[in-house]
Amino acid sequence: MIRALGWVLRRDLLLAFRRRGDVVNALVFFVIVVSLFPLGVGPEASQLRNMAPGVLWVAALLACMLSLARLFAPDHQDGTLEQMLLAGEPLVVLVMGKVISHWLVSGLPLVLMAPLLGLQFDLPGDALAVLCVSLLIGTPILSLVGAVGAALTLGVRGSGVLVALLVLPLYVPVLIFGAGSVGATAAGTGAEAHLLLLGGFLALALVLAPWASAAALRIAME
Amino acid sequence: MSKSRRFSWFVFSSPQSFYPLAGTLQPWFAALAFLLCAAGLYISFFVAPTDAQQGESYRIIFIHVPAAWMSMFLYLVMGFWSGVGLVLNTRLSSMLATALAPTGALFTFIALWTGALWGKPTWGTWWVWDARLTSELILLFLYIGFMALQAAIDDPRRADKAGAVLALVGVINIPIIYFSVQWWSTLHQGASVSMKSAPSMATTMLLGMLIMALGFWMYSIAAVLARVRCVILERERHTEWVMEEVGGQA
Amino acid sequence: MNWHGWSEFLAMGGYALYVWGSYAVTLVVLIGEIVALAMRRRGVIERLAKFYAARRRNHETEA
Repeated sequence: MIRALGWVLRRDLLLAFRRRGDVVNALVFFVIVVSLFPLGVGPEASQLRNMAPGVLWVAALLACMLSLARLFAPDHQDGTLEQMLLAGEPLVVLVMGKVISHWLVSGLPLVLMAPLLGLQFDLPGDALAVLCVSLLIGTPILSLVGAVGAALTLGVRGSGVLVALLVLPLYVPVLIFGAGSVGATAAGTGAEAHLLLLGGFLALALVLAPWASAAALRIAME
Repeated sequence: MSKSRRFSWFVFSSPQSFYPLAGTLQPWFAALAFLLCAAGLYISFFVAPTDAQQGESYRIIFIHVPAAWMSMFLYLVMGFWSGVGLVLNTRLSSMLATALAPTGALFTFIALWTGALWGKPTWGTWWVWDARLTSELILLFLYIGFMALQAAIDDPRRADKAGAVLALVGVINIPIIYFSVQWWSTLHQGASVSMKSAPSMATTMLLGMLIMALGFWMYSIAAVLARVRCVILERERHTEWVMEEVGGQA
Repeated sequence: MNWHGWSEFLAMGGYALYVWGSYAVTLVVLIGEIVALAMRRRGVIERLAKFYAARRRNHETEA
């Protein structure tokens, strides 16, 4: 089973590496969206500092969501997904592999990019650190929950916007506690509770999401 | 040799036998809904006294709270029947879930609309980001997502099952979402702005809300029965019995 | 009885817009749903009748 996981991981990373454009696009989207907000509301530092956790987190949500189109659809189109369903390995393992690679390619770069963007918003150092940690815990949740949405809308027309509609409400708790952790740090109260809750969500998502995605994939491929 | 025939409720699990049952029951639920809502409205306007702090504007809760209750209740029922359809592979359960969604979404809308109209005189703004209203808004998104997903998938059985997965994921998420939003709301506004801080519930007010809630419940059943009959006709159009029902001939 | 006459009832202590706005929209939505359901049922039956008629014509021409 671990071998299958490793195989899926390696394959997806290799494919993503060959199509670096896709990967970089999501990251550039993140940067652009974050930069739009000061242009929209004005450069006043205190206002930006207040907005920063929410803006950065919402932009991360949107960037992650956009990249969900890469998760199952290409494999579905070229028939690999069907082979994965027929393979002897548990589908849950294969899904987990795909989600991990999706996070490595789409989520982790956001985590690494976020401190730079946080500086644009004049966030203090400890808030930047908490931002990174919250994104580190939160972006895997986004990938996991997003996988369920991507699996449900596989091959459906208009699936791009539909995935957003399905998945964004489910992202709300992650957003609340992710952005809340940074806000709490900036305000001086501790962020432990938020981060612990995020960790709890991650644990729950790790258990439930691959299973739900596998079920949804089977339904889509019947 | 005769076998004694024992009646089983499972006989109604086929669309063909459920269709006439729904048709018979529906007017009764509609009548009950009318009576209960009339009684509830009477209480809300003529029995419940004026509130000291909120004046007459608090009378909106006789619609707002029952509508919010129904919106959440219907989502749970929708999730239940979706789940049954997914696990037991029964068509009728999934058809019921599909029929429940629009009614649930409409009650969510009513809860939001009345919430806004209650918030304006009470707290000064048309939209109050309190825990209940914000959770209702997200619930509306969940309903719309369910309906959009089912509308986008052409194959009815796939739509049923995909909707079921989504509905079940939603059911699990609703407590999480509610808890998150409530935490967020108390953090940012304190407990002062909360739709829960309605006037201390006099018995008449509570009674009025309960009766309206029951009325809305009966209404929902009647509406869903009517809608599921339409769904059954559409989905089962290739069968003999639907053809005879509609008046066609082979 | 809470109200001393129709005008007081309609005015709702100054909150007429909010109270009646709520009740009226609720009524419109619920009646609207009923009407939409009736229209949906009629539409389904009409479409199905046409569907069956067309199918019968097909069978007759094939026979």
